[in-house]
Amino acid sequence: MLKIEDLHVEVDGKPILKGINLEIEAGQVHAIMGPNGSGKSTLAYVLAGKDGYEVTKGRVLYKGQDLLEMAPELRAAEGLFLGFQYPVAIPGVSNIYFLKAAVNAIRKHRGEDPLDAIDFMKLSKEKAALVQLPDELTKRSVNDGFSGGEKKRNEIFQMAMLEPSLAVLDETDSGLDIDALKVVAEGVNALRGPDRAMLVITHYQRLLDHIVPDVVHVLIDGQIVRTGDKGLAMQLEKEGYAGVRNALQP
Amino acid sequence: MSASTEQIDDILKKGYDAGFVTDIEEEYAPPGLSEEIVRFISKKKQEPEWLLEWRLKAYRRWLEMKEPTWAKVTYPKIDFQDICYYAAPKTNENAPKSLDEVDPELLATYEKLGIPLHEREVLAGVAVDAVFDSVSVATTFRDKLAEVGVIFMPFSEAVQEHPELVKRYLGSVVPVSDNFYAALNSAVFSDGSFVYIPKGVRCPMELSTYFRINAAKTGQFERTLIIADEGSYVSYLEGCTAPMRDENQLHAAVVELVTHEGAQIKYSTVQNWYPGDENGKGGILNFVTKRGLCEGARSKISWTQVETGSAITWKYPSCILKGDDSVGEFYSVALSNHRQQADTGTKMIHLGKNTKSTIISKGISAGHGQQTYRGGVKISRGATNARNYTQCDSLLIGDKCGAHTVPYVDVRNSSSKLEHEATTSRIGEDQLFYCRQRGLSEEDAVSLIVNGFAKQVLKELPMEFAVEAQKLLGVSLEGAVG
Ligand SMILES: Nc1ncnc2c1ncn2[C@@H]1O[C@H](COP(=O)(O)OP(=O)(O)O)[C@@H](O)[C@H]1O
Ligand SMILES: [Mg+2]
Repeated sequence: MLKIEDLHVEVDGKPILKGINLEIEAGQVHAIMGPNGSGKSTLAYVLAGKDGYEVTKGRVLYKGQDLLEMAPELRAAEGLFLGFQYPVAIPGVSNIYFLKAAVNAIRKHRGEDPLDAIDFMKLSKEKAALVQLPDELTKRSVNDGFSGGEKKRNEIFQMAMLEPSLAVLDETDSGLDIDALKVVAEGVNALRGPDRAMLVITHYQRLLDHIVPDVVHVLIDGQIVRTGDKGLAMQLEKEGYAGVRNALQP
Repeated sequence: MSASTEQIDDILKKGYDAGFVTDIEEEYAPPGLSEEIVRFISKKKQEPEWLLEWRLKAYRRWLEMKEPTWAKVTYPKIDFQDICYYAAPKTNENAPKSLDEVDPELLATYEKLGIPLHEREVLAGVAVDAVFDSVSVATTFRDKLAEVGVIFMPFSEAVQEHPELVKRYLGSVVPVSDNFYAALNSAVFSDGSFVYIPKGVRCPMELSTYFRINAAKTGQFERTLIIADEGSYVSYLEGCTAPMRDENQLHAAVVELVTHEGAQIKYSTVQNWYPGDENGKGGILNFVTKRGLCEGARSKISWTQVETGSAITWKYPSCILKGDDSVGEFYSVALSNHRQQADTGTKMIHLGKNTKSTIISKGISAGHGQQTYRGGVKISRGATNARNYTQCDSLLIGDKCGAHTVPYVDVRNSSSKLEHEATTSRIGEDQLFYCRQRGLSEEDAVSLIVNGFAKQVLKELPMEFAVEAQKLLGVSLEGAVG
């Protein structure tokens, strides 16, 4: 599904990612953990194609294609979804109108007919229920005046609507209380399947109690320093990033 | 992040949809302005002596007036002697009595603009007056409207058929010497629409006028007069387009509205005159005076405008709130892309007690576009308990455009309450990326964000036109972002 090879990325001439190697297969859930500033969001943005991130070395293959050559909307159309750490507001554009435009843009790319209003409403009701997003929020302007938790639930709602092949979730857990966290995790788990892959970025181990990953990576200072199974997350929780970092010192 | 010019250039090719020229034989007045030309126009229209005198008085006043320079717009000097002041399709020599007599070439023109004039095909519930250069070529549903006493006809015909109404109201809201362009218009105005809604009548359909400039080197000077008698209601819409030409063309219209006690006029404009090319060559110079008088108590005038066209827009639809408890509203979206410049806003003049006004202005600048909101609120001594709410938002796309806000406030009665809010925002790289990450193309993303920004105003438009305006905002911005 996704293969990252020796990826080096600079922002404003400053190296942020320093040789990332990562392979995710269909059906897998990988977690990336790391302290603030280690480059987690940078990795997510580079995968999604945001401007301002210069790849100086390495490559990324997605479904066998050169991902870095593709425009962001093409990546989305090909099934790559990014759940933003800080979703932006679009005043005056209703959430549901926005999603309809998105769903139909992606359907068009796949050569499918646009969903009509009735089918679309049916689908959105079903998916909103999945993440317990109140009807009222689906009608409000995109993320406008949403609380932190509402924004994150909205991201998962959008993901559920778009049914991506690869979902990259950037700190979808931060700012959520435990109940909201469970709702979000259930939404994510409902989407797990043999044809889908997920890259779950988190700062805390607690999300991984609810979304159990197949593989855990630790990202520190732009490099993956450890890779393991769920146990690695537990160890991190106990020893902290400092512990992992110290253990790496020669 | 700033817009990239290459990408702007790349996508620009599509351009202006309404830019074709209709190949039809027209009759012109020789270029230039003189008493003779004024007499020529008046004679062409077989006007009564009083109207000719009115025009001549305006012409003489105009000669003494100076072109205004206070607006924040720059354009090549207009040579008023190089403009043609009258052009009419030849077939219209004797105005057609029914649609079957209208030149098929003209019908095809309006068809192409999305305004079919055959009554069986037109938008349900909308009557249309089609003005082509200096004359009205067709007016639909006139008979049906006449059944309820509504008068909807070309201005030149109203002069013949309802001289008492025209004489009473013409120039009563915008006096001939009001300003340079109003005086010019009063001297040479060609055609436009005349509307009278009798007492207590709610006009059964939307009325609309489509203005089309076709002839080269010709100015358009239409005159619109709408009178809503006591307790009546009308919703009126005007649309405007012109061919793409390399030279500037002048458009100087005057619109006067009068509402009597308890009456309401809702006046909507979708202005899409040719804006010139991306380097600022050509385009319509749009100098328009629009004013409404809320004469009677509890009457209401709403102006809604979507201004996407013209090289220069100079336009301040205003309300004189004379009747007690009268209400004035101004909802505006103005867009300037490429080299377009818009200096637009409103004036709310509160004279009566408990008068209320609302101003919602949304300015969008892209490319090298320049936008100025110029708004005045005047509360006179007698306007006890007057209220005004002004909201003025600017959206910038790219970093070469500009937005300016020039509010004037003059309060002479301390019981009044005024609120003013203003914001300026830039379409963020983050917003665009968010949309693109969800699969929308960059163009669609811009259009979506802009329409969201303009929504408060768009929702004031009649449904059919809101959709049109929404599309227009998207098209006008094509290539605005890189
Ligand atoms: N747009 C940017 N401009 C400048 N520096 C940036 C930008 N984005 C990220 N950085 C820097 O890159 C490093 C990694 O940031 P980020 O990827 O957001 O980390 P994380 O998500 O792991 O907290 C930080 O030092 C941050 O300051
Ligand atoms: Mg981050």
